[in-house]
Amino acid sequence: MTRESDKEGGSKSGTVMTGAEIFARALIEEKVEVLFGYPGGATIGVYDVLRDLSDIQHVLTRHEQGATHAAEGYARVTGKPGVVLVTSGPGATNTVTGIADAYMDSLPLVVFTGQVPLRLIGNDAFQEADIVGITRQITKHNYLVRDVTELAKTIKEAFHIASSGRPGPVLVDLPKDVMARTAPFHYPATVEMRSYNPIVEGHQKQLKKAAEVINGAVRPVLYVGGGVILSGAAKELTAIARKMSCPVTMTLQGLGAFPANDPLSMGMLGMHGTWYSNMAVHNCDVLIAVGARFDDRVTGKVEAFAPEARVVHIDIDPAAISKNVAVDVPIVGDVKRVLASLLPLVKQLDTTEWHSKIAGWKRGHPLRYQSGPEIRAQQVFHCLGEVTGGQAIVVTDVGQHQMWAAQFFPCIQPRTFVTSGGLGTMGFSLPAAMGVAFARPNLPIVSISGDGGFQMNSQEMTTIVQHKLPVKIFVINNGFLGMVRQWQDLFWKRRYSQVEMTSPDFVKLAEAHGCPAFRATTTSEVEPLVRRAMGYSDGPVLVEFVVAPEDNVYPMIPAGQTVEEMIDIPLDPAGEGVTIFDPGSTAVVQIRKEERHGVRIH
Amino acid sequence: MASASTSVRRSVPAPVPSRRHTISILVENKFNALSRIAGLFSAKGYNIESLSVGPTEDETVSRMTIVTEGDDPIIEQITKQLHKLIDTIKVVDLTFESFVERELVLLKIQTTAATRPEIMQIAEIFRAKVVDISPRTLTLEATGSRQKVDAIVKMLKPFVIKELARTGQVALKREFHGEV
Repeated sequence: MTRESDKEGGSKSGTVMTGAEIFARALIEEKVEVLFGYPGGATIGVYDVLRDLSDIQHVLTRHEQGATHAAEGYARVTGKPGVVLVTSGPGATNTVTGIADAYMDSLPLVVFTGQVPLRLIGNDAFQEADIVGITRQITKHNYLVRDVTELAKTIKEAFHIASSGRPGPVLVDLPKDVMARTAPFHYPATVEMRSYNPIVEGHQKQLKKAAEVINGAVRPVLYVGGGVILSGAAKELTAIARKMSCPVTMTLQGLGAFPANDPLSMGMLGMHGTWYSNMAVHNCDVLIAVGARFDDRVTGKVEAFAPEARVVHIDIDPAAISKNVAVDVPIVGDVKRVLASLLPLVKQLDTTEWHSKIAGWKRGHPLRYQSGPEIRAQQVFHCLGEVTGGQAIVVTDVGQHQMWAAQFFPCIQPRTFVTSGGLGTMGFSLPAAMGVAFARPNLPIVSISGDGGFQMNSQEMTTIVQHKLPVKIFVINNGFLGMVRQWQDLFWKRRYSQVEMTSPDFVKLAEAHGCPAFRATTTSEVEPLVRRAMGYSDGPVLVEFVVAPEDNVYPMIPAGQTVEEMIDIPLDPAGEGVTIFDPGSTAVVQIRKEERHGVRIH
Repeated sequence: MASASTSVRRSVPAPVPSRRHTISILVENKFNALSRIAGLFSAKGYNIESLSVGPTEDETVSRMTIVTEGDDPIIEQITKQLHKLIDTIKVVDLTFESFVERELVLLKIQTTAATRPEIMQIAEIFRAKVVDISPRTLTLEATGSRQKVDAIVKMLKPFVIKELARTGQVALKREFHGEV
């Protein structure tokens, strides 16, 4: 059953089909290009139909968790729902982490799980798990399809819910017998739900109020979250920031919404944000939060967050407003539309004095690191930024390297920084990068993991090699679970507990998968190997960077504390061997999109 | 421009006392809708004093009446989170409206020939009905506001309540603003 057969009238609307055929046909209607999955007993009938389906590529991952993270990576860079198909029981439960991850970071996923036949549900049948019950609190919505005549409508709704409003994962549970029954196929053209109608346009009165507050600002800050990227509002945001001449800080998920090399950018804020962005937020008189949710990693102690500021909050989710921090002017709506409506209402502000204040903080406390004798992760990302001009899709894992990548890799464009923020899922990077590669095969994609996180989903190396995906796999190996070690170092009297980790020989491991691999152990090897990896054009390549074992991420605002407790890196900016990082100096390299498999190095 | 001190303005305004709210929710009458709502309360750690569900005049819609307690920001979050559920059609915090509330209680009371008349008398005062009788027990049905139900329970406690079942409160907004 393909589009070809459709043209021949093989599967016209109204044609009687099995549930499995309806499923496949619905995915075609939704223009699904790639499906990440793993077959099993409960989905065997569906897989039988997929065998002859030429329109959709099915990627057989090596673990269902890999499938969900791959779908997240795909969703993050395309804005379209990532689609997963797994079997019942363990297949379904293995998707839970990825679903929870997508829920926390508002990524659109549609996860199809097989289920035991209806009559066996509740019977402790073989490979039975109540996945609808299990995922109730980590999905935007979920369904158990009990009747084949409901299947097409349910799939339509699932895609609609996943990708509209505040996006999120939707799970559809498919009992085996339902998929074998038949019904006439009718795919609804539109979705009508009286109970679900997200507000997209900002309220006029609120827009005016916001503009009044903004136009009266002397020390404004734009606090930009992942919602700006999800909404496709980077252009509108850039326009409004430049018109107001307003400094911009971004959350981890917001990186790329505003160019890191723009003079107005202050980089990331929060626990490991830049010193100057945190100082600016602490001292601002108007804080404009856009598509951000005042996460505890951003605010620290909420009572002391932006204490002098009047807060304007733009978000599509009414429940995000005044959840953690009391907001003065809320605007519920789609960030893109709200910013477009707000743009003509705001005026150019005189922020000269404010900028010089921020510049002072930046001079005193720039992002910096010790260069040599050991390799520092910071050096790797600094180098990666210079080699690529920030024009690469960076997919991180979770931990120290993630924070350093966020600090030292200059993100220029939206949808080029892919990371697990809310849930903080180790093992995310490799499978997510795989999903990215299916969506953006022509762009340089760098998967960055620590030695710990890499080992959590390293099975997906096989899938990446099988499909010759152009993923540059960077493993930052410090022999520790670095972030936990850092906390034990700073807050638990250096009593290291279960943070030292032995690893396989990553180079040999990669080679065993059929992936070329290199190891850098000295600082002078970093740049040549980064260049070599970025220039490699025949499938994946792995580079292991053996870095300083006990380096800490700074600045740091300890959990639940305030800017006054912020710790900066104990390195004199003018000290010997100290490298200062200024993203503003990143020269942007134009990449030629038609160049397949990686960027050519100038 | 002095650096702001950490003692702050951004504290929650004067602490709002926690109080009881009656929230009426219309949801799609679908498989799972009840567990979604109950699950929301447990996942977010909200209090739930009573929850009642039943069909409405439209068979595709169920009404849930939830009595919960919290300060204003918590109640605001509860109503927003309830509304965020995909199957939720409408959420009304009746606390800010004039509304009729009723609860039904069944009370099985231990009786003897000596105590029965007094129990019947109390029942009469509360306009409760006798719905079952045996030589040693009497089962009463009473309806009213939560306070009334609390009161009859309190009055009958000395007679030994063997079993008790309460429905939880149901409520509807008043159209005519006054007692009928």
